[in-house]
Amino acid sequence: MKKLWRYLPALPALMLSGCTVDLLQPRGPVAEMNRDVMVAEFVIMMLVVVPTCAATLYFAWKYRASNKEVEYLPTWDHSTAIEYVIWGVPAILIALLGAISWWSTHAYDPYRPLQTADNVKPLNVQVVSLDWKWMFIYPDLGIATINQLDVPTNTPLNFQITSDSVMTSFFIPRLGSMIYAMPGEQTQLHLLASESGDYLGEASQFSGRGFSDMKFRTLAMDPAQFNDWVEKVKSGSENLDDTTYPKYAAPQEAAPVQYFAHVQPDLFDGIVAKYNNGMMVDKKTGKVMHMQSASNAAPSDTGMKE
Amino acid sequence: MLGKLSLSAIPLDVPILVGTFIGVAVIGLAVLGAVTYYGKWGYLWRDWLTTVDHKRLAVMYIILAIVMLFRGFADAIMMRTQLALAYKGNPGYLPPHHYDQIFSAHGTIMIFFMAMAFMTGLMNLVVPLQIGARDVAFPFLNSLSFYMTLVGALLINISLFIGEFAQCGWLVYPPLSEMQFSPGVGVDYYIWAVQISGVGTLLTGVNFFTTIVKMRAPGMGWMQMPVFTWTAFCTTVLIMVSFPVLTVTLALLSLDRYLGMHFFTNDAGGNVMLYLSMIWTWGHPEVYILVIPAFGVFSEVTATFSQKPLFGYKTMVYATCSIMVLSFVVWVHHFFTMGAGANVNTFFGIMTMIIAVPTGVKIFNWLFTMYKGRVEFTAPMHWTLGFMITFSIGGMTGVMLAMPAADWILHNSLFLIAHFHNVIIGGVYFGYIAGMGFWFPKAFGFKLNEAWGKRAFWCWFVGFYLAFIPLYVLGLEGMTRRMNHYDNPDWYPWMLVAEVGAIVIALGIVCQLTQLYVSIRDRNLPENLDLTGDPWNGRTLEWSISSPPPAYNFAVIPDIHGLDTFHTEKQLGLKAHGKPLAPIHMPKNTSAGVFIGLFSFILGFASIWYIWWLAAIGLIGIVATMILRSANRDVDYYVPVSEIEHNEEVYSRRIAAAQAAE
Repeated sequence: MKKLWRYLPALPALMLSGCTVDLLQPRGPVAEMNRDVMVAEFVIMMLVVVPTCAATLYFAWKYRASNKEVEYLPTWDHSTAIEYVIWGVPAILIALLGAISWWSTHAYDPYRPLQTADNVKPLNVQVVSLDWKWMFIYPDLGIATINQLDVPTNTPLNFQITSDSVMTSFFIPRLGSMIYAMPGEQTQLHLLASESGDYLGEASQFSGRGFSDMKFRTLAMDPAQFNDWVEKVKSGSENLDDTTYPKYAAPQEAAPVQYFAHVQPDLFDGIVAKYNNGMMVDKKTGKVMHMQSASNAAPSDTGMKE
Repeated sequence: MLGKLSLSAIPLDVPILVGTFIGVAVIGLAVLGAVTYYGKWGYLWRDWLTTVDHKRLAVMYIILAIVMLFRGFADAIMMRTQLALAYKGNPGYLPPHHYDQIFSAHGTIMIFFMAMAFMTGLMNLVVPLQIGARDVAFPFLNSLSFYMTLVGALLINISLFIGEFAQCGWLVYPPLSEMQFSPGVGVDYYIWAVQISGVGTLLTGVNFFTTIVKMRAPGMGWMQMPVFTWTAFCTTVLIMVSFPVLTVTLALLSLDRYLGMHFFTNDAGGNVMLYLSMIWTWGHPEVYILVIPAFGVFSEVTATFSQKPLFGYKTMVYATCSIMVLSFVVWVHHFFTMGAGANVNTFFGIMTMIIAVPTGVKIFNWLFTMYKGRVEFTAPMHWTLGFMITFSIGGMTGVMLAMPAADWILHNSLFLIAHFHNVIIGGVYFGYIAGMGFWFPKAFGFKLNEAWGKRAFWCWFVGFYLAFIPLYVLGLEGMTRRMNHYDNPDWYPWMLVAEVGAIVIALGIVCQLTQLYVSIRDRNLPENLDLTGDPWNGRTLEWSISSPPPAYNFAVIPDIHGLDTFHTEKQLGLKAHGKPLAPIHMPKNTSAGVFIGLFSFILGFASIWYIWWLAAIGLIGIVATMILRSANRDVDYYVPVSEIEHNEEVYSRRIAAAQAAE
């Protein structure tokens, strides 16, 4: 029995062996930044937390009532020097963390497009959160999927996100930052997968009965493989347009993966516009337009949201 | 006639609920039977239910809080058990419909009816005594506040047996909480329970603010106020500023649900983020409403049991006030993932981190209070030391979440859940239990059992780490909150550990119940009796009077000359006051609070079920009771000098007996 204790230090490693700690094992530059910031904060905070906890135990023990050896100052309650230190040290640390916060929030703003060294053309993906599944539309490729996101590696991914039900949150832990999906709104997220793999994707904002199964696989693969996959999807027969969409958008728990060979071009805009009196944003001009007359109507500024 | 209410609203098909109902009914009948058997109804009505005495209201608040702790904890352990089972195709024993109600109820009950009630109870017991006041500024409102809180608690618990509770989390985010997605009565139960108890909390805020501003003993300036009173003061300010926001937010949600308006709906210009912004404008100050008084408790406990004055009193006051102000400029950190611009996120991130500075200062102040003191390891001191360590860790993870770039991956994960339980259990709960142990003898005249108190602490302390460290890890493994089942094999072992933690915490609660039982059983043992009214060699005014204090608290209002006047005079051997006694003006008990509570309950319940004629009766009843109460001129009386003299003499004799025993 005693021998077992020798292995105790190895216990954490043992427990984690074979486990994926998603947030500590990033597979993209955004997730790496998320992790680095988180770990840096942890380390900096530990510089105060560890001594504080140690001092708490040490002081409590050393000045225990039964220990009459040590000095007792029954009226001592102030020291300017100590006060400087206890305000100053946390303030310096927080200033440091504040600087990191400023830098990382700006540098990795989820709305900021990513660039690769060799200027790879980004892949646009429109994400629609439904009850209780995810729809991914590839507008430039004219295809779509449900509950499976295939992406090429080392390619900037530009996500446009909305919801056609309640508010949820779009999250692929190993690729990094999440962003809310909200009905009638379009949010943006920019990620990049630097290694091929099969990553968990999930809804992180509770959305009702089928929430627990609102998961999707994110398959990152090298661009050639991705092109093969696109061709495979295109060879299918399912159509996604105004007439078939309601069927696929209906509430469903643990929905199976589905591919669509053809997608109506303005489907995503229509989903957003549905909640905005038919208004949507024209991509080229940034002006708010009516869906039915997006090409020729006069710009409107009725205060509708993007 | 009965609106939406029908027999099918009673969940006879859910065995857990039927069993719970039978349990509640048996215990309830046993209590009612016992009261009848011992002929205590008159006593209960005259001396407790209609009381306006802040000390008795305090006891009722804390009893309510403890009962709600059982309910909230039952929810917690059911969730943990579900997640320890529902792995790899096993659906567990709680289907989503039931499970979603449980996590929503757990948060709502723990915050509004456990923590808020406990906090209000401690404020009620201690604040008037610490400032040398004979009651609060508005004694009747104090009783009314209690009944509003009680009605909210009743409504939320009745939802177990009639209808259902909300299934969209403890803050009922729209659009999920809108009619379109939640057509049942669950969200309405939430709205009415929280709204009615919110009225009570707001009145408490006004009441104690006024009490602290206007009723301090002569000579007690702001900087002579005990720290607990300071923290109570900051909390009342936060309540007065933030609770109206909650009321308005939920009122707008009710307009959406009841009248088909579009404040937070998907379409017609509704905006979900408006709700988030408003609810967190209340929600973030709310956590400081809870934790600031706990800081006050720790300050009193640490100073008393280190047998030294609090280190850096002024710093402590400034730190508390700056936390109070800062708590209003951080609310966006609850939704950094909304897609706001980088400048907005950075601002709210940095403001949040800044709160760590005054909070850190407080920890160091307690640390240096122990320094060169004589620390007595009583049960309240155990909770305090456990708090200092646990809260430091919770503060660290809080700062981690305050960084937008980290929050973008930690938001809504179990890491977040672990963080706020880390600060709410480690800060708020540990603080209130320390406070309960510290002031229990003041309320009842005997001490709580130390051994069982320490056992309870160790179970809670160890149980907390076992239950929540796994949640930190699970958060890092990408597990989100509010999941009902999962397939990931990496998550499963941690869920089992968390379940063990919940069981250890359950043992802690059993120890606390045993502590109460043993303490009451042995209350007359000489080592447990508090004859002097000052069992801990205390520093503040509440220890200068008998335990329990007479209804009027102070026979003579003391004169204050500085911080900890009572302690200073005790050290110098000064005998208190030679001032002549005078008749004391006191408020009479009233049943108006009970009746307004009853009619509020009718109004709330009827509105939840769309029984409009009954709702009208409730509303009319509330207004009528208010008018009757306002017209009543017979609301006060004078305590004659002879009675005061008698009480004082009894107290002197007890002190003499205690001194003789030494």
